[in-house]
Amino acid sequence: MTSGEITSVGTAGAAPEHVAGRGAWFKKLPVVHQVRQSVGLQRGMLIAGLVLTTVFVLVAVFAPLLAPYGWSQLRSGDGVAFGAQQPPSAEHWFGTTVGGYDVLSRVVWGAQTSLLVVIVAVAASIVVGVLLGLVSGYFGGWLDRVLVVIADAIYAFPSLLLAILLAIVISGGQSSMWGGILAAALSITVVFVPQYFRVVRAEVVRIKAEAFVDSARVLGTGHWRIMTRHVLRNSTRTLPLIVTLNASEAILTLAGLGFLGFGIEPTAAAEWGYDLQRSLADVTSGIWWTALFPGLAIVLAAMGMTLMGESLNDLADPRLRSRARSGQVAGAVAATSVEADASDPENPASAEHSEENPKGGDA
Amino acid sequence: MSAVASSAAASNGAVAPNGAVASIRDLEVSFATDAGPVRAVAGVSLDVQPGEVLAVVGESGSGKTVTAKTILGLLPETATTSGAVVLTGRDGAATDVVAVSASKLRQVRGRDVAMVFQEPSSVLNPVYTVGWQIAEGIRAHGDVSKKEARRRAIEVLGTVGIPDPEHRVDHYPHQFSGGQKQRIVIAMALVLGPSLIVADEPTTALDVTVQAEILDLLRHLRDETGTAIVLITHNMGVVADLADRVAVMYQGKVVEQAPVGDLFTDPQADYTKALLKAVPRVGEGTVRAVERAAARPEGWAASEPVVRAEGLTITYPGRFRQPAFTAVDGVDLVIRPGEVLGLVGESGSGKTTIARAIAGLTPVSGGSLQVLGTEMRGAKGRDLKAMRPRLGFVFQDPATSFNPLLTIAECVAEPLVVHGRVRNPEAARGRVDQLLEAVQLPRSYGDRFPHELSGGQRQRASLARGLALDPELLIADEPTSALDVSVQARVLELFAELQKELGFACLFVSHDLAVVDLLADRIAVLYRGHLVEEGTGEQVLGAPREDYTKQLLASLPVPDPDAQAVHREELLALRQR
Repeated sequence: MTSGEITSVGTAGAAPEHVAGRGAWFKKLPVVHQVRQSVGLQRGMLIAGLVLTTVFVLVAVFAPLLAPYGWSQLRSGDGVAFGAQQPPSAEHWFGTTVGGYDVLSRVVWGAQTSLLVVIVAVAASIVVGVLLGLVSGYFGGWLDRVLVVIADAIYAFPSLLLAILLAIVISGGQSSMWGGILAAALSITVVFVPQYFRVVRAEVVRIKAEAFVDSARVLGTGHWRIMTRHVLRNSTRTLPLIVTLNASEAILTLAGLGFLGFGIEPTAAAEWGYDLQRSLADVTSGIWWTALFPGLAIVLAAMGMTLMGESLNDLADPRLRSRARSGQVAGAVAATSVEADASDPENPASAEHSEENPKGGDA
Repeated sequence: MSAVASSAAASNGAVAPNGAVASIRDLEVSFATDAGPVRAVAGVSLDVQPGEVLAVVGESGSGKTVTAKTILGLLPETATTSGAVVLTGRDGAATDVVAVSASKLRQVRGRDVAMVFQEPSSVLNPVYTVGWQIAEGIRAHGDVSKKEARRRAIEVLGTVGIPDPEHRVDHYPHQFSGGQKQRIVIAMALVLGPSLIVADEPTTALDVTVQAEILDLLRHLRDETGTAIVLITHNMGVVADLADRVAVMYQGKVVEQAPVGDLFTDPQADYTKALLKAVPRVGEGTVRAVERAAARPEGWAASEPVVRAEGLTITYPGRFRQPAFTAVDGVDLVIRPGEVLGLVGESGSGKTTIARAIAGLTPVSGGSLQVLGTEMRGAKGRDLKAMRPRLGFVFQDPATSFNPLLTIAECVAEPLVVHGRVRNPEAARGRVDQLLEAVQLPRSYGDRFPHELSGGQRQRASLARGLALDPELLIADEPTSALDVSVQARVLELFAELQKELGFACLFVSHDLAVVDLLADRIAVLYRGHLVEEGTGEQVLGAPREDYTKQLLASLPVPDPDAQAVHREELLALRQR
């Protein structure tokens, strides 16, 4: 052919970067990578979100060590009652509630309850939603249509109403700690499943039309292998974002359930929404501490996760991501595809090898 | 090309040197990216004289589009620019686009300089009539009544050759064909009488026959209105057809500037020489095809074909009670072992549909299609099992045909794993290395991910995957249309080598006659689902019988300005007949 001396070497600079980047593996970890990538306000939001969320998780995990008393403890070790509606003091930093519980302990233990509900709710909705979305989007047909209609119908319900209904069905009015947590988590799950279903289904429908799925079909690859190896792995990109946003929504829904009296009994576990409801009457009589601290806990936990979710969402989208701009024209020109060099026209292949593979060495 | 002018132009009272409508001086542009700043244009200086067509050619990443966008100040926020771009309007007022304020820039756009984009369908707003869209441009530049704006819109639509403009002015974009849409986009650019039109790949998205018409239109406009045109393109044929002067860009720099005749006959820069050599020309492959045909053994013509289509019909079901669309209508085809059949056609001719039907991706609705002894009509997944491993497929876009989460080695090993030849990708590594070597990729590339390879390298890996099972039939659906010419030349060469070595039969689908000619033993021309003409390259390209083939051939611009001038006359004569 005519073009013996043309060799294509257009790696566009991608390859060397990659090799250099391999040393610092921790820089590529999901969240670390995003923090490094972000600048300015977006970085501030992300870090604030991360800090709040980390504090929330730490408090939840170490609640037994941090809380001065148990969540349903009414008397101190020597049998003296705390007393109801005591203002903050050295024994009770955040005071006591109308029921005579220690507010600080309730807030700390409440973090644990919230975290458990968030984990169970998110895990359950991911498994169910992703599976349904994958099957529905991949096979299409009547199953897809039915599932989409059901998902839309669930969307149409006010989510809190649905959660209340399910809380009653699941727990039957009884509420032990795990019974209450499961009831709250599963009722939240039902509200969230359509979201995961929708997102995963849309991605699957898109990925299904990609050429690499076609190329798998041409090979005669089985449905299950295409679904798991090619489609699913490429459709889960947006899930971490929904997870963080849903986690904050789960906290709010749990608090809402508790506030309306469908949550967990105060003797079974501490729950912020319930405490908030019990403190309604206190607010008008000047007792601020019973409402302030559980309320603040809800706001901070939900805000931490929302900030994290929103900024991860912005960072994932190159159009929303802000970058550090250079003041002057800078940077190197990326290589384009043609190299007009004088390599041996008789043997373009060998010349190309040496050029394309500066590192030499085989795998 | 001195740096003297830049300092003068930087001030507000910009001066246009030597009467040019646009004068670019020491332009540098860089973009902020996640991986730090990237320089797209590194010191470009160009002049555009009134009434001149300046072609800026280069391959992807050479900075030609960025340069064009800078002329209109259309760069995104992430760009940092230095240097000067001085525009001179018809009234003689000069503006430095790089330094001027946003509101001033809005006045300049449309009045002094206008742009024609690549993809006409996405440039026009689908919810407004074309007349409204043209009038909007007029009314943005001065107080013009609705009636007057409409009158001028009708006038300009007539100028660009839209038939019945009084009536068509109230139509919506979807009611026009692709070529007409591009005419409307040109009308929008033209309506304010700018002294310069920047056309960024104005014909790349169009079929060759339509491309020839649009190039004619641009030439007429230049002659009649004296508008200068900056033509951004990668197609040397288009350059030869339209340009007066050519600037070749490479890695953000202008490597050569010359009048079009000089550039083609006596290129100076090494890069230009290489680029011109890589351009495929019709007639190059004929000799080799004849050689191959002579080398065939006795009785080859009577051997059982790998693909036999008889009255093949493929329809796509209509939606919302619309009638079904017939993409392929009664096509007869035969591919014999070891033979390369080139399938040529414009968009919508059904060429890709046939390729997909042979691979079992699109169901056959009528006639008969036998692939490797399997009847494809009504075939279920189970029936195709025996046929699958004997068939390879190379897709059009190498960027999307690899699973982005698997390494190249895993992707290439996938056919072997699926068909149980090996248990897992690791066990296939020996064979994968062999395949990568066959397509001239270093073995170590097996550990890279698809996005870490360039387009040409990915397409070679795609070829390796297609050949992994040593197929008897390879289907290549526009395998080089997403690649730059030089890369395309390398991939085609490799393709020809492998075909010779391994002897597989091949269906090579392409819209480019010159590319098909390089590889094919026989060429089949499709038009609106019908097979118009079939024969050897010599027959179809040398002495076409059908009018459509003749027109297709005449529309293909020849990368040589003198030959193209003759060629153009032929096309004109053909059209008038």
